[in-house]
Amino acid sequence: MTIEPAGEMPISGNDDVVRVRQLVRTAAASAGFSLVDQTKIVTAASELARNTLVHGGGGSVGIDQTVGDRGKHGLRIVFTDRGPGIPDLEQALVEGWSSGNGLGLGLSGTRRLVDEFSLESEPGEGTTVTVVKWIR
Amino acid sequence: MQQIPILKIGRFLLVSIQIDLQDQTVVALQEDLADSIVKTGARGVIIDISAVDIVDSYIGRMFSTIAAMSRLMDAETVVVGMRPAVAITLVELGLSLDGVRTALDLEQGMRLLESSLGDR
Repeated sequence: MTIEPAGEMPISGNDDVVRVRQLVRTAAASAGFSLVDQTKIVTAASELARNTLVHGGGGSVGIDQTVGDRGKHGLRIVFTDRGPGIPDLEQALVEGWSSGNGLGLGLSGTRRLVDEFSLESEPGEGTTVTVVKWIR
Repeated sequence: MQQIPILKIGRFLLVSIQIDLQDQTVVALQEDLADSIVKTGARGVIIDISAVDIVDSYIGRMFSTIAAMSRLMDAETVVVGMRPAVAITLVELGLSLDGVRTALDLEQGMRLLESSLGDR
């Protein structure tokens, strides 16, 4: 699996959420995603960037072009924060669950927009969310 | 932070979103719109999103909030010009835009508002 970095940036303010969208849009367009799939991955990135900012107290995002089984190509996006972490990962992925203030639809909606979704979190240590979308 | 202009056309207010929406811009727009409805006595609000290439849950929820808020001030809201890719993504995301009326374009949106107002 070869991986080519397509960009990374800190997420520390509201305008960074917009910048993450633009960075992912550019990476997805140049990787060759269809317009619908570009829109899905940019929307997923927007949700996750806001989570990183609001719940994680800020963090960073990294974008790579990735190659999977049978040579399929895709985009992998990793969001990392050093915030309070998520105490109950299973609950966090339950449909409609959202921690506090009604922001976002929780992670379940975002998960449906991508092909692979992984969530690692340690209370007090932070959270890492990794998503992959493959080019069809 | 950029401001989104609100234009008055007859009995309606037109908001055409031409920029990448920041969360604070969204909040400011809600407040500006509430003020404008009261100030102008507008009976309808048209939000044109034909230039918007993504709607996430925060932006989507704004449409529902604006619709509910303007209803309390006796104005109808219609969101027009949603791109097909945005509609597909919103459905998959699970956002239903409760209480928001939609039309394909500005012209149909105006017609929808006119007919729902009737001769009032």
